[in-house]
Amino acid sequence: MSPFDASPLSPSGGAHVRSVVDEFHGDLLEVSMGPHHPSTHGVFRMIVTLDGERIVKLKPVLGYLHRNHEKIGESTSYLGSMPYTDRLDYLNAMTNNWAYALAVERLGGLAVPERAEYLRVILAELSRLQNHVCLAGFLLQDTGASGTPLMYAFREREKILELFESLSGSRMMCNFQRFGGCRTDASSEWLGQVSSLVNGFGAFLDEFEELITGNEILMARTQGVGVMKGPAAVSAGITGPMLRACGVGYDIRKVDAYGIYPRFTFRVPIGSHGDTYDRYMIRILEMRESIGILQQALRDIPAGPIMDPKAKLRGFRPKPGESYGRIEGPKGEIGFYLISDGSANPYRYRVRPPSFVNLTLLEDLCLGHTIADSVVILGSIDIVLGEVDR
Amino acid sequence: MNPMPTITDEERSELRRHGILLTSVEELYNWGRSHSVWPLQFGLACCAIEMIAASMARFDIARFGSEVFRPSPRQADLLIVSGTVTKKMAPQVVRLWNQMAEPKYCIAMGACAISGGPFKRGYNVLKGIDRFVPVDIYIPGCPPRPEALLHGLMELQKKISGQSISGPEAPRHLRHDTSCEYPVPEFGDHDLVPPKNPEVWKVPESPPKD
Amino acid sequence: MEPLEQICSRLLARFPGAEVSVLPNPGPAAQHSLLVGRASVREIAEFLRDDPLLRLDYCSNATGVDWPEKVIVDVTKVTTPDPAGGPPKVSEVKTERLQPGYLEVVYHLYSMELRHGPVVLRTRTVNRTDQASVPSLTPVWRSAEFQEREIFDLFGVVFEGHPDLRRILMWDGFKDHPMRRDYVEPEDYEWEPTPHGDLVEKAKRARPPVKGGEPVA
Repeated sequence: MSPFDASPLSPSGGAHVRSVVDEFHGDLLEVSMGPHHPSTHGVFRMIVTLDGERIVKLKPVLGYLHRNHEKIGESTSYLGSMPYTDRLDYLNAMTNNWAYALAVERLGGLAVPERAEYLRVILAELSRLQNHVCLAGFLLQDTGASGTPLMYAFREREKILELFESLSGSRMMCNFQRFGGCRTDASSEWLGQVSSLVNGFGAFLDEFEELITGNEILMARTQGVGVMKGPAAVSAGITGPMLRACGVGYDIRKVDAYGIYPRFTFRVPIGSHGDTYDRYMIRILEMRESIGILQQALRDIPAGPIMDPKAKLRGFRPKPGESYGRIEGPKGEIGFYLISDGSANPYRYRVRPPSFVNLTLLEDLCLGHTIADSVVILGSIDIVLGEVDR
Repeated sequence: MNPMPTITDEERSELRRHGILLTSVEELYNWGRSHSVWPLQFGLACCAIEMIAASMARFDIARFGSEVFRPSPRQADLLIVSGTVTKKMAPQVVRLWNQMAEPKYCIAMGACAISGGPFKRGYNVLKGIDRFVPVDIYIPGCPPRPEALLHGLMELQKKISGQSISGPEAPRHLRHDTSCEYPVPEFGDHDLVPPKNPEVWKVPESPPKD
Repeated sequence: MEPLEQICSRLLARFPGAEVSVLPNPGPAAQHSLLVGRASVREIAEFLRDDPLLRLDYCSNATGVDWPEKVIVDVTKVTTPDPAGGPPKVSEVKTERLQPGYLEVVYHLYSMELRHGPVVLRTRTVNRTDQASVPSLTPVWRSAEFQEREIFDLFGVVFEGHPDLRRILMWDGFKDHPMRRDYVEPEDYEWEPTPHGDLVEKAKRARPPVKGGEPVA
């Protein structure tokens, strides 16, 4: 089978643009966007059927970054899978680590010391800050504000990555959390650096919002575009800022109260329209709440050990059983499902990726909009292909 | 036999100080090429984020003349394979490479693009893009830091500057006996067909017995 | 949320004749699961979603697990009296039985409305070859749409009633289902200094022989 004569819906190539006839719409045009397309956020592909410029059908084609996390996880020890989780959602290594550590801790019945819990919260919220700021930059890039907002976003992101690097040794692939605690302790200088970053972040957000939020072009491109309704979103398993933008106040930090989140006072921003603009605003508001959480955590962090003395990292063999651990990642619910058969490797290692499930509604959001809007809608879903395809 | 240089480097730089620029066609040609390498705007995985970071204000790839990330392969000179190439993606990468006009260069950025990296064991992971595409520069790291990408770019510039424009050592695009088209693999039952391009990549020699 | 045993007994009262049981989880996580037979899984899923006490309106995670057939050795101790009058002889008799293989689909259900969960719902296929199908739960929870496609692609579970059951991660012409435990991936390893022992073995097989004709061990 040659890649060229495969059916257009096949992932194996196919025509890039071809005309199709539909009984209802008449002459239509089928366009293949991706896997190499500058606005598809990685190797994502969608096959869009157009009536003029309006989308009448959209089929995502996935798998171009399917690098077999789950199969590799079945032949890797529990500790050995930790660095792989960094590479799932490669913008948020810290929260992926935490979700995996949580699942293993439930599987093995491990406790986490106080200080480590605080460090986890600090790192997860920093991760949320840099994810959301990058999302805002990329979303504006997609609406046509080429370069400048992304430059602002990456300027702040570099500051956060510098903190990650000084703590864990790596900018992006932190590999920092361990089941039963954290890998290295944070010095008081490091905490001081975090607190000066956090105290300055509000000013950055003010500047960013002054430039962007009220921008007429942004509002024209995003308001009323890609409207999602609450019940449909719940049924489709949408989580994270996507879900809250359409008015469902479901935040796992509040619902599951994992870690030490009940100790912090923070609000969960909720949108009312469920459109792309709301999804942008939710992220901005979440960043402001994260600043509050970070300030409380930095104020209260106690001294003490960072690892559960009972935790055995190498040669860890949990009892047979299974566990599902989930946390509120910046993109939504990131969960790990592990089945242990008592050996050193998990029998089944499953990642529940938020952006993969959030893509379920992509077609519904795009129908009736123009092809240029589909790019903006895709940008507001906040996908990372490392996690979609795993 | 090399002809004796009629003018030494010291003499030439002395002349430059007096405002007289003496150069060869080769040097001028390579200077122009090496300082305007336009990369293809093409990200695969984690390394793509570091590639974007390299083009942002802090690392500023514009200092090296490579900030013009072209969305179209027709306008690009450099393919940065930034991330894991899966078997599903490999035909598209080769097709993009074929669509680029000569002279073109390829950087394998990160462990995955070099050899499959941490995902080498995966059933859908290509164990290095050099099985299908000739790679000029390998940048190790998982992911390489933006500085490493800049270093790789400087090495590529050095490589371009050192190319001679005639003779048997001439680069691909100046010779008539080589083609810039590489066969695109097809999807088989479990693997790509063929799994590698034997003209580009050979199984490495066995290591010495230990 | 009410305990799982209570849900189970309510289900049995509501759907008499349905195969429902509680599968305990021996680990410290203690997330027990509801094992439901294929025939009634769709109605039970709809009941779990619509029941006012449960309202499990959110299917967070759907995944497959492969359980290949395996030989289970049962050891029974047989005591035979010694005819000579000495102490009785204890011998172990090993009987082997074949546990048939099956594929399992696991759903993690939560309630967004009542904010509880998870309820783990499992269902199993008859075998791993010709009767590897279960009813699709995509009509009940749309979030299962892509995840069930993924299970179909990687495990080979056929979901009856799925609106668009195609491969999602691998290419269309791909044969087999790579996440099954017995899937053998194509070997294309060359020499590679790596800490993974099995990889070194595979690389040795792919290695060209050393000059002089002597193959590399």
